[in-house]
This record gives sequence, C-alpha cells and structure tokens, in this order.
Amino acid sequence: MSAPSMDTKPEQHVRKIYPIPGGVHPPQNKAQSTQTPLTEATLPKQVILPLSQHIGAAAVPMVEVGERVLTGQLVAQAKGVVSANVHATISGTVSAITDCVLPHPSGMSGPCIVIESDGLDEWQPLEPCEAYLEQDADTLLAKIRAAGIVGMGGAGFPAAVKLAARSPIQHLIINGTECEPYITADDMLMRSYPEAVIQGTLIMAKILGEPEDLVIGLEENKPEALAALRQAAEGTRVQVVSFPCQYPSGGEKQLIQRLTGKEVPSGALPASLGCVVQNVGTAYAAFRAVRFGEPLLSRVTTVVGEALEKSANVEVRLGTPVGELLSQFGYQAKKASRLIMGGPMMGFALTSDLIPVIKTSNCLIAPSRREMPANNPPAQACIRCGLCAESCPASLLPQQLYWYARSEDFDKLESHHLFDCIECGACSYVCPSNIPLVQYYRSAKGSIRQAREDKIKSDHSRQRFEFRQARLAKVEAEKEAKRLARQQAAEKAKQKLADNPPPAAAIPTAPAAVSEAGGADAIARLERAVESAQARVTTAQERYQEAVAEGSERAEQLLAKLKQAEVRANEAKQKLAAAQAEPSATPVETSDDPVAAAIARAQAKQAMNPAEKAKANVESLQKRLAKAREKLAEATQENSDKVEALQSGVEKLEQKLADAEQELAQTAGQLEPVLAAADDPAQAAIERAKAKAAAAATLSPTEKLTSQIESLQSRLAKAQTKLAEAQAAEADNQEALALGVSKLTEKLAQAQQVLAELEEQANP
Amino acid sequence: MSFIQHSSPHAHGSNSTQKVMLTVALATLPGLVAMVLFFGIGPLINVMLCVGFCVGFEALALALRKRPIGFYLRDYSALVTGVLLGLALPPYCPWWLLLVGAFFAIVVAKQLYGGLGFNPFNPAMVGYVVLLISFPVAMTQWAAPTGVGDHSLPGLAAALSQVFSGQGADGYSGATPLDAFKQAQGLTVDAIYEQPLFSAGHIAGAGWEWVNLGFLIGGLFLLWRGIFSWHAPAAMLLAISLLAFIFFDGSSESGGSPLLHLFSGATMLGAFFIVTDPVSSAVSKKGRLIYGAGIGALVYVIRTWGNYPDAVAFSVLLMNFAAPFIDYYTLPRTYGHTRPRRATEKADN
Repeated sequence: MSAPSMDTKPEQHVRKIYPIPGGVHPPQNKAQSTQTPLTEATLPKQVILPLSQHIGAAAVPMVEVGERVLTGQLVAQAKGVVSANVHATISGTVSAITDCVLPHPSGMSGPCIVIESDGLDEWQPLEPCEAYLEQDADTLLAKIRAAGIVGMGGAGFPAAVKLAARSPIQHLIINGTECEPYITADDMLMRSYPEAVIQGTLIMAKILGEPEDLVIGLEENKPEALAALRQAAEGTRVQVVSFPCQYPSGGEKQLIQRLTGKEVPSGALPASLGCVVQNVGTAYAAFRAVRFGEPLLSRVTTVVGEALEKSANVEVRLGTPVGELLSQFGYQAKKASRLIMGGPMMGFALTSDLIPVIKTSNCLIAPSRREMPANNPPAQACIRCGLCAESCPASLLPQQLYWYARSEDFDKLESHHLFDCIECGACSYVCPSNIPLVQYYRSAKGSIRQAREDKIKSDHSRQRFEFRQARLAKVEAEKEAKRLARQQAAEKAKQKLADNPPPAAAIPTAPAAVSEAGGADAIARLERAVESAQARVTTAQERYQEAVAEGSERAEQLLAKLKQAEVRANEAKQKLAAAQAEPSATPVETSDDPVAAAIARAQAKQAMNPAEKAKANVESLQKRLAKAREKLAEATQENSDKVEALQSGVEKLEQKLADAEQELAQTAGQLEPVLAAADDPAQAAIERAKAKAAAAATLSPTEKLTSQIESLQSRLAKAQTKLAEAQAAEADNQEALALGVSKLTEKLAQAQQVLAELEEQANP
Repeated sequence: MSFIQHSSPHAHGSNSTQKVMLTVALATLPGLVAMVLFFGIGPLINVMLCVGFCVGFEALALALRKRPIGFYLRDYSALVTGVLLGLALPPYCPWWLLLVGAFFAIVVAKQLYGGLGFNPFNPAMVGYVVLLISFPVAMTQWAAPTGVGDHSLPGLAAALSQVFSGQGADGYSGATPLDAFKQAQGLTVDAIYEQPLFSAGHIAGAGWEWVNLGFLIGGLFLLWRGIFSWHAPAAMLLAISLLAFIFFDGSSESGGSPLLHLFSGATMLGAFFIVTDPVSSAVSKKGRLIYGAGIGALVYVIRTWGNYPDAVAFSVLLMNFAAPFIDYYTLPRTYGHTRPRRATEKADN
C-alpha cells in the first residue's frame, strides 16, 4: 500500500506504510459524535473509583471512610511495580470502601472507593513545571508513575512500566489509529489538544532515551486531527502519518506492523523489537502530569448511540457512574438495546448503569435496536467459506479453531496458535452464518488457562505424593538393609565361631569385641610377636650364660645379641599394649562397622549362659522400648502421621519385653549367683529388681506387695547406711542421698498402706 | 432496555449464508440462459426438477433428523445443490434420473454426514457421479446444440413427455465436442473441426463455448462480490491450460488445444461453481491453490487418457478426499511466528 496524502507536507519525509493481513471495514459511525466540540461533563455527585482500573495489582486504599479528600489527592497507592495510583477525582467525603460492579466483561465486582462530592471541587495544590523537557528521565518517569497514568486506549497497562523499558528503544509509536467504529475520543482529543499530545510524545521520548523514530499514526479518516497534529509537530522530530482504514490496525501489534513492517514475535513484548506504543490519550495525560503536576483525574469519552438525544465527546471525571453521564445526553433507556463500554467490536455490554467510567473507558454506546439488535441471530452451520480466515489480522485459521474449540481439543487449538488471537472479533463480524467465533476462542482460552493451572496444581500434589512415597520406601529399604546386615553378620559370626573357636580369654576382652578382621587379628599377631621375641631373649640368655660359663670369646657378641633381643621384645610388648589400649578407648557401640559389632555381640551372646542372655535381651529391649517411646512422644507432639506405626512398634516391643522378662524370670534361679558375681553392683541391683518384678508377675497382689515392701525396706536400710557413711565423710552427695532416703521412706509407707488395705479386703 | 450479557463484537457484517447461496444461484443464470438457447428448454426443466427434488429431500431428511426444517431450508444450500446438479445432468434425461441424483446428493452425501458444513464431498458431484456410473447410457445422451444437424429443439410438451415418459426425443442427442475429439482418432484436427459440431462454433464447438462463457461471466460476478477467493478457480484453469499446452501437438492423437479444454464440457461450471464450494474444499489460500491445481490436472488427465470424455466430477471428488490432507500441510504463517506450522506438529508451549 502506498503512503497516502504525504505530499501535502513536503518537510515530512514520506514514510513507508506496510500492509497488514486480514482486517474488515465495518461502517465507521464516527460522524455522529464529532459534530460538536469537546466539552466537559458536569461534576458528578458521587464517584466510584475501582482500585484496579489497570492491568496488574490493585492499588491499596490510603484513606478511611468518613475522611474528607481533595480533588487530586492520592486515595489508593500502587502496590508493586505493575500497578497504578488512584486519585480522588472530586473533593468530598469518602462514603464507602466496598465492592461495586466493575466495568469488566464478566460483570464482576471489586473493591472501590466511593466519594460523595461536596460540590466545591477543591483541588489539592499541584506542582507545575515549566521547563519540563530539561528534567532528567527519572524525574519525568516518577511524575508519570505518581500520576497513576495507564494505557488510555483500552488495555490499561501502567504507562510508567512500559516507559521503563530495559531494552533500547528505537521506535516510539503514538497510537491515534482509533480503528473501531463509533469511537472518536482520540480523534477529538487530537483535534483539541494537538500541542499537548506532541509535548507528551517528547516527554515520553526523553524518558525512553530519545528513540530515533517518533511517530504518531492515525487512520486517514481523521483529516482534521492529522492537520492539527502536523501543525503542532512542526519544528519537532515527531512524525505524523496516516494510513488507510482497516480494522484492527489500531491493535498494538498491527500498528507496529503497519509502521515498521516488523512483527512482534509470538509471546514477546513490543520492547523486544525496540518498539513502545502509547495511546495519544496517554501522551496527553503524561503531558498534564509533568507540566501541571496533575494526576489522571479525567478522560475524553465518546458518548454515542441512537438511544441518546445527542452524541458527543466529553471530558469526564473518572468514577462518574455511566447512568449519570448518559443522562446529560438525553439517554432513553427504552430505546436502547444494550449499553456498551468500548467499541462495538471489542467493547463489552454493561450489566448496570451504576458502573463507573474508568481510566480505560474510551466510549459509551447506547445503541437503538435498529443499530444493534437486542438478540444476536442464531448461528447457522459453518459453510467453511473462509471469510474469517481472510479477515484474521493474525493469519489464523478461525474455522479450524472453531471446530477444535467446539470439540475442546486443546492441543490442536494451541498448535493452531489460539493464543496469538488478539480477539479483535473480525472473524465473528464477517461470518455469514453468525457463528460467535471469537466468543468460542475466548471461552477456549479461559478453559486452557484453567486446565494449565489445574495441571500445575495436580503436578505439585503428585510430586509431593511421589516424594513421600520415595521417602517412605527409602526408610523401609534402610531398615531392611540394616536387618539383613545384622542377620548376615550374626550368621557369619556364628559360622566363624563354629569353624575355629577363639581362645576363651578373647571373648570377654575388649579386643575380641572390636572386630574380626582388624583389631583382633592385629593383637593376635602382636601377641605372637611378643612371645617369639621373649623366646628369643630366653635363648639368647641361655647361650650367653653358656658362653660365659665356657669363657668363650663370643660372650660379648652374644650379650649384644641378647640386648638386641630384649629391646625387640620390649618394642613388641609396647606395640601390643598400644593395640590393646586403642580399641578399649572407643566404645563398641560406636563402631563404624555394623558387621563387626554384630559379630562381637553375637560372640558375646554365645559366650553367655542362658540367664545372662535373657538378661541382655531384656536390657536391649528396654533400651529399644525407651527409644521407641521417646520417638512416639515426639511424633505425638508433632502430630506426625507416623504416630500409629510408632504406637504399634511400642506395643510390640512391650510384648517382647514382657516375654523376655518372663524368660528371665524362668532362669531367675540361675541368675542369682551370676548376678552376685557381676562386677557392676548397680546393674546387678537393677537386674535383681527386674528379676523380682518378673517373678512377682506370677505372684498374687499381696505377695507382690510384701516382696516389694521387703525390697523397699532393704533398699531403705542400704540407703540409710550410705547416707550415714556420706555424712560421716562429709561427701558431696549427702543431699541426693537424703532425698533418696526420704523418697524410699515415702514409697515404703505407701506400699505398706496398700498392703494393709489389701489384707483388710482379703480378710474382712 | 435489559442489561443482557452480550459479548463483543456487537456489530455484524451484512453478509449471510442465505445471501451467499442466493448469489451463487443467481450467478448461474448467464450459463443457464446460454444452455437454454443452445439446448432448448431441457436444462431449465432439469434445474427446476432438481431444485424441487433437492429441497424436498432436504426437508424430509431434516424432519427425520428432527431438526427445525424452516431454519435450515432458509440457508438455501439445497437450492444451490439442485441448480448445480440440474445444470450438470444431460437435458431431457428421464425424471427418475434426476430424482436418484437428488437423493444421493442431498440425503447420502449431505444429510447423512450431518448436513450443511459437514459434508466432505460436494453433494451435486456425488449425485452426478452416482448416476454416471449407474446409468452410463442415459448420462451420455447429451442433446445436440442448435445449428448442428438439421434437428430442431423440442417444444415444451415434447420435452416434458421426453422427461416423464421417455418418448420421442431420440433425435435430439448427439456427441459433445469432447466426445467427438476423443472418438476421432483417425481424423486430423482439421477434419474434426470441419464437422458440424465444431464448424458451427468458434473455438470449442457449437454452443458449448457460449455455455462456458456464460458460467465464466457468472463466476467473475461472484468473484467481484467476494463470494469466494480467486485461488482455487484460477489454479484449476491454469493447470488445465498448462497441461493442454504442453501435450497438444496439433494432432487429434493428442489431447486437444487449451482453448478447447477451457471452453468445453463442464470446465467453467466446475471452476466457478463446483471447485469454489467452500465446504468440501481446502481452507487456506495456499491450500486452495493446491486443491484447484489438483482438480485441473486430474480433469486434463482423465479427459485425455481416461475413459470418460469429461472429468470435472471425478476430479472434484478425488480432491475432496485430499482437502483435509492439504489443510494439514498448508497452515498459514501466523503473525509473530517465523514459519508456517504443520497441523501435525505439537504445540510448543
């Protein structure tokens, strides 16, 4: 396509206009609202300011209900980077901070600040700036961010975020295309404030580091705006170009393609091409924010439709309820088939006339039934005419997408690039069978997004589950491995013991307990070495004595040999001592080699008599039970899911312990002497107590108590003796012993009382 | 006003399926007029009977399928099928031939597949081919055009009696130019063109060139109205011309001149009214180029080396088979993507 009507301004070099695929040419319907100049709407009695009038996080309220606010006062602060401030657009009182119906296609509600006007429109003092182009980029950007400016073309992306592009920008494109029918807000803005638009462009160029290409693009159906802008742009490097009308050439991607011939890669931002696109309304707002320090308080909105007495463009305070605005234009609700915010191609029908005008509301259409019938005609069969594909600006295959959307074939939809659809609605517009194509795509996109989220969620829980399974399996495997290792070690040890019984002395000694391969062997070797060294010493002595007796010359030589032998024997003895000392320094339990330890235990066990075995068994069971109880307590405290397993473990251990104790009790007779001979008196005492307890299990309660009392009495006697000794020696443990004695006395008293009661019951 | 939830777009183009169908039906008029001029009232009887049968079968099938009859009949797709089938069948053929053709076109080829938009094959061509294979004699009895031989065109009464009782019209039929060319192996091209069938015409035989011209005009009208894109018909005509140009060596042993092929038989009817049937053709522009070119090539191949003098119906059906396959490999390059994708590829995100 050739550049149209460029020759009127010879000083502007002719810019190549690139073709864009697809597109439609709906009736423009732009004349109705451009007959009268731009006016200001009357001040609203109430404004409803949604906290989210932009893409990104909702702003956070800064005021409280009942607070008086001035026009321009910050009432909600941007939250995070991608967000925008909200300001009071009238002076008055905050009457509510509550959920109201939002201007959104879904008709959903969201938090809004409601301000009742006091009719004064009293402004907060502003900070104007004359020499704004001399300010540095950061200051300018901060002013734009503070003013809460968002993309005014409809998307509402915070302007400051786009202007803070990290990649270098070559093209700053100001979008005055306004390709949708009916809307003329940008047209009238450009006609009315061309200088402000140009200056806003220069401000944004400054922020972006002066891109070489500054261009304002508009469709050729706006000759007045084109002329006004060109006049205002004289002497600046801003280029103003127009191009043929073709909906949707005002889409960001389409405008970039129109003016640069480049396509924004799928899934990427225009900044990746060095392009930033801003709406003319945004440029205007940026100028006012920087020059006058004025936050974004109002916008130009087209109010149009056959259900109105007059159609015009109007500068309206943000937050003005739609109904209140429409009433200024003679709105006849009876005539209207619907209310549309935005254009007829991409706008949405309102569900209430209390919905406020927000930063992105460029148009309000109140169409008559003749203009837009209340009900869409029913969809007919797709005749695969291909008009949709021809109209698609993204070169998609809308009918294929339609079939796949109907059959919910999400894979196929994505492989047909559903997400490159810009939802311009051209396909639905041209469809001769009235099939709501773009509506199908929107719905499919929603379903796919939902499915993706669900998938992420389910993936998470699957991963958690699998991790848990793996952890449990690992624990189980470790247990099993340990068990196997113990079993193998025990078997090996048994076999070894059976094959070559070790010297009896080796069993109880520490070295034997250390390890089969290492310590024990080494010590045995050393012992042999000592023996042979001593033997040599003995032989040397004998020979020396013989030589001395014979008076031989070799006596001296032999003496030297004897000395050497003695030295060697000493060395060997030292080594043996060291080797014996070493393992005893490290306790058996902490040995790294479980096999060796197990063998040692097995050997020790084998060496024990049955009573000792039973005792050891009881001991180890008690230890394990204590540990298990500890773990159980911990688990219970943490509310862990292991509680049950641990509980059953404890029960099993208790059962085993009881069995073991019984066994012990059976061997109790043999046990007594062994215990008496035991080295450790404390241990022996414990074992005795246990043996008695086990034995007592078979006794009647009275008998049990009697024996208990007896033992308590003897313990008390012992304790008292010890206490007396300690007192005599003035030992440190006097107090502890005294406490022990008093406790024992107490216990004894209790036991005696119980016994008395029992006896009373038994012999009434 | 009620605040109904409408989603965008709120505006709709003035185009509609009814309009498309009626425009197509209207665009057959020049060709139909030429046929009536050269073959008498027969083609008109064909068209009217076929339309009646087709619409009747459509209504019947919709009733059996429990679909709203009025709503679906108003898309006028059965009307177009009837018109095209009527134009394709030989004039003065017996009524039951039309009935069988209409039955297969509407009931078997269209409604059994789910109705408009769901039929993989062009209904009119299915009806035609069923008849051609089942009743080859009746289907090759084309009326001789006026000015060839000394017969006169039958009157309305004679025509109707021919159609409904099969009496009294033997004298009308004769070979079509394509027939004549195919059967005339012993003659030189000059000798063929001296036959009355050709000498009465200018480039492609008496009558037929005018009929084709009529359909060409109708097709150009549809193209101008934006009913279809130029891709498929242009590719088909180009493929036929190219092959005819390559293989025509001036003798009757070869396949006939490009002009003979372009302006005889069902070439123009096929190119602008059959090949452009959107339902059964490929979708993308590139796909339609391939689809059209495939039909053109098959038409030439069957006409020249096959058993049938004309081949538009077979070629269209064969390429109908191929259309989904073509679609799979001719997805357009989407905005923002560096290369076109094949539908068989998986989504990458």
